[in-house]
Amino acid sequence: MNFKIVSLVAVALLATACSSKKEPTATATTAGTSAPAAPAAAKPTGPVPGSAEDFVVNVGDRVFFGFDKSDLTPEATATLDRQAAWLKQYQGVTVTVEGHADERGTREYNLALGERRATAVKNYLTALGVDGARVQTISYGKERPAVVGSNEAAWTQNRRGVTVIN
Amino acid sequence: MPAKADFSLGRRTVMRSLAMMGVVAASGAATLPAHAELEIDITKANPQPMPIAVTNFAGDNPQAQQTGQNIAAVISANLERSGLFRPIDPAKFIQTPEQLRAGPRYADWRLIQAQGLVTGTVTQSPDGRTRIEFRLWDVTADQQLTGLAYTVQADGWRRVAHIISDAIYKRITGEEGYFDTRVVYIAESGPALQRVKQLAIMDQDGQNHRFLTDGRVLVLTPRFSPSTQEITYLSYFNNKPRVYLFNIDTGRQEVLGDFPGMTFAPRFSPDGNKVIMSLAQNGNTDIYALDLRTRRQTQLTNHPGIDTSPCYSPDGSKIVFESDRGGTQQLYTMNADGGDVKRITFGSGRYATPVWSPRGDLIAFTRLADGKFYIGVIRPDGTGERILTEAFHVEGPTWAPNGRVLMFFKERPAGAGGKQRQAKLYSIDLTGFNERQVLTPTDASDPAWSPLIP
Repeated sequence: MNFKIVSLVAVALLATACSSKKEPTATATTAGTSAPAAPAAAKPTGPVPGSAEDFVVNVGDRVFFGFDKSDLTPEATATLDRQAAWLKQYQGVTVTVEGHADERGTREYNLALGERRATAVKNYLTALGVDGARVQTISYGKERPAVVGSNEAAWTQNRRGVTVIN
Repeated sequence: MPAKADFSLGRRTVMRSLAMMGVVAASGAATLPAHAELEIDITKANPQPMPIAVTNFAGDNPQAQQTGQNIAAVISANLERSGLFRPIDPAKFIQTPEQLRAGPRYADWRLIQAQGLVTGTVTQSPDGRTRIEFRLWDVTADQQLTGLAYTVQADGWRRVAHIISDAIYKRITGEEGYFDTRVVYIAESGPALQRVKQLAIMDQDGQNHRFLTDGRVLVLTPRFSPSTQEITYLSYFNNKPRVYLFNIDTGRQEVLGDFPGMTFAPRFSPDGNKVIMSLAQNGNTDIYALDLRTRRQTQLTNHPGIDTSPCYSPDGSKIVFESDRGGTQQLYTMNADGGDVKRITFGSGRYATPVWSPRGDLIAFTRLADGKFYIGVIRPDGTGERILTEAFHVEGPTWAPNGRVLMFFKERPAGAGGKQRQAKLYSIDLTGFNERQVLTPTDASDPAWSPLIP
């Protein structure tokens, strides 16, 4: 598993190099030399497939819950379907599912609620064939909001389960 | 009535040298008719604060005088904060501390409407220790009510000032005091999305403040052991939220129990031999007790709902907890072995964070209803619910050891104009009066009031 992670990191570094727009500079400083790399650089670069960025951007790392709820909405299951497919494609990846709550609950109950939400996500992923050993859970209760604000818009985004690539 | 002489002191390292030397004369009070006695009936909803003169303790050199002044200031602030006393402006005093050595001229104190009078002396003994004497006088009946003397190391004066405050409170209200206590809480700092939380401890008046953790690891919900030497709390050390034990004197921390999932919501049993807590695993939260001597873990609830925030009754025979097994969070009681579960709240909204009063007669809670949070109390049988305060967010009541005063935290909403969310500690009388902020160096939450320091 360590080997897989190392290779992923290497890929990610390459991706960073490609996407950090060094090419124009390189071209300018090496003017006159041949530019065989140009065609590759011209291709628009997105996240490297299989990377954490790929997961966040192309799959969606989070699902949202109703107030004091831990059941999965149709939007949530659609996201988790994509997460499961992605995780089955990249077998070397392990994840931690974080369960979070909004600020409109008491601290200890919200810790339990966050654990319930994280488990709901994990159970759905494993039901779709993702090995349970690859999915850890942790609850942060209301301790780690994604969005600041004491209003429904913020609370909606803070009641969430986030699948984080380890 | 003789002055109380059974304060047991000296177990704490810092207070090693604090030894009670004896009782100052206290006589005559018992022979006087009861109606002449100075007293505050604190069972009334909002008693008028008693005017009291707290004089600087006399000293025979400048250093002793300074200590005498410091002691008077601590006592005066304690009594004022209780809401039951109104210390009189010292500028109005006629008799000086030196003159008071010979006893009060009662007429001088009646003239400024004092009902109670506190006097004292500070004497430095040859061995470097300090002898502190105090007397409480009833100005309305020309008599001494109580008096005590302590001999301490030079830096022991502050704690003696709290012990004296407790003696005054007890003599006049008939209830145990709560000034010789500490508060452990969570100090908060940093922006809302990267909140830093540290364990912090202070005297109940905010003095002797110190941080117990450095903020690198998220910590929550500290609670005192009955000995006040240990704290149980939740720590995210190594990203594994578990219940820990923290020894205040040694700084030693240890994880409690060997559980397969997140443990949280810890509280000591009244005898200090157990910690009760929740275990969350596979989407279910139940309550467990861990015996600190045998390390045996006992499961007390077994239900698919969330069972959390357990708290023992002061005699250890019952447990109150919250559960959403009925659909939403409500309060339940059960026997200490998990039997005889009874739901005790049926009001609208949600009930949470139950805490049994040290006197056993009430359970304090947080209630959520109609978009607001409330702090309230209810009898253990579910009758007599009373709301003490409400706000956008109030949570987590904790009792002073005399069961008369509660502390909790209050959060101000994050405003649209970039206004930071704010969290502060507050205390409130059991009657719902005298709500006031408890000053802390930073934002603060999750307060836990210690028992009287042994």
